[in-house]
Amino acid sequence: MSDWVEACAADDIDEEDVMRFDHGGRTFAIYRSPDDEYFATDGLCTHEKVHLADGLVMDDVIECPKHNGRFNYKTGAARGAPACVNLKTYPVKVDAGKVLVQIG
Amino acid sequence: MARGMIIIGAGECGGRAALTLRDLDYGGPVTLVGDEPHPPYERPPLSKEAMAGDAPEIKAIASDAMLAENSIRHIHSVQAVAIDRAAHNVRLSNGSVLPYDKLLLATGSTPRKLPMPGLGARCVYLRTFADALAIRGHLSAGNRIAVIGGGFIGLELAAASRKLGASVTVIEAQPRILMRGVPAEIAEIIHQAHVTEGVDILCGDGIASIADDGRQVRVTLAGGREITADLAIIGIGAVPVTGLAAEAGLAIDNGVTVDTELRSSDPDIFAAGDCCSFPLAVYGGRRVRLEAWRNAQEQGALAAKNMLGAGEAHAAVPWFWSDQYGLTLQIAGLSDEGKSTVRRDLGDGAFILFHLAEDGRLVAASGIGPGNAVARDIRLAEMLIGKQAKPAPEALGSQAVKLKSLLAA
Repeated sequence: MSDWVEACAADDIDEEDVMRFDHGGRTFAIYRSPDDEYFATDGLCTHEKVHLADGLVMDDVIECPKHNGRFNYKTGAARGAPACVNLKTYPVKVDAGKVLVQIG
Repeated sequence: MARGMIIIGAGECGGRAALTLRDLDYGGPVTLVGDEPHPPYERPPLSKEAMAGDAPEIKAIASDAMLAENSIRHIHSVQAVAIDRAAHNVRLSNGSVLPYDKLLLATGSTPRKLPMPGLGARCVYLRTFADALAIRGHLSAGNRIAVIGGGFIGLELAAASRKLGASVTVIEAQPRILMRGVPAEIAEIIHQAHVTEGVDILCGDGIASIADDGRQVRVTLAGGREITADLAIIGIGAVPVTGLAAEAGLAIDNGVTVDTELRSSDPDIFAAGDCCSFPLAVYGGRRVRLEAWRNAQEQGALAAKNMLGAGEAHAAVPWFWSDQYGLTLQIAGLSDEGKSTVRRDLGDGAFILFHLAEDGRLVAASGIGPGNAVARDIRLAEMLIGKQAKPAPEALGSQAVKLKSLLAA
């Protein structure tokens, strides 16, 4: 299937934080959880196409910077109004200090 | 059998309340009564994105299909005309009488009318989608728009008008724009953005008279200046819609008076959103009324919970935003609670003013910057305000200190 793409260095993202990653005309959000795991979702909020990477990560939730739509970034599940459509998630692995995302 | 839940007002608040009742597995009848022909829709875009395109579109909170799926009966294009509290029913303008177990008033607010003679067809207000369509029709290159009132709605419409090539004059009687709730330092940035985009802003001069002949409007200021426009958009605040509640004998105090659980003076009637005044816990129960999208959303959901007996107290911190040109302003808390301010620069011209009370509590945070530059820190500030935290001013002012680290303290 599709290849793994290098998004950033593992150290580029603080714990419990998020970073924007653009690739091939698409935009993604890469997360580092408080327990030091990495995750990836589509980069734009499903409510009004705002970059989620400007939002706040608290535990396993990313909150949209514009209207506070909330998603579980581990599963993509929409967690609060006005967001009602789930986010697409992507497999992530860390290899030799690099964060790799499998963008399908 | 359950008589059911009636929600009067099918806007953000009423729509969210209806959906929340179903989310909480309420199985009885839910009826949403609205005076517009549309399903519940988002109002914030009406002064922003909806004006940008050629044809404004409704951004529905719940489509007709979604309402049907959730067995929410939406009675549209009608007014609720009377509440019979003893009989527990509501009479509608179409003659029907609906029984309720619990009733939610989510009647919202309505634009404050400019109390002067001379207004006609070219003097308009913005509240509904129909209003937005009417205004959009006038926002074309070469047209002259007068915006009366330098508040958020007026300024957002001024920005939208400029983008479409209309010329714009903003008339504000106060010494500056955004007097209510926005610090001068931030209002000045917004003022300059408008001036840079070619908006003429006239502050500190009241309106002496208005003459509207149905094709154009002539506004004469007290200082003698005359502005002629193809359309005058009036945005001088909003007043809560409380007529129905008052007629039913409910307590009114700058809106339907509710307690921390959003219950009115009648235990089976709740009120939420723009139409109610409520005690704000974070400021020791100070009674406020908010005209804000997120408040409407949160209170709609909370009222639904409490209609089902949750007994949950309102605990949110006020928050709102505005978009003008490439700038976004976000304010958490009420800045008039503050006695001193600390500024935190975020780069790219973005900054946040933290408002501290005399005892050191963080009570509000006002931020402005390009795009969503201030969003994350304002959200963290909101949480600090909610915790009634007393962060060190030097920490708030230093970019080297992460706000998130203050939250853990």
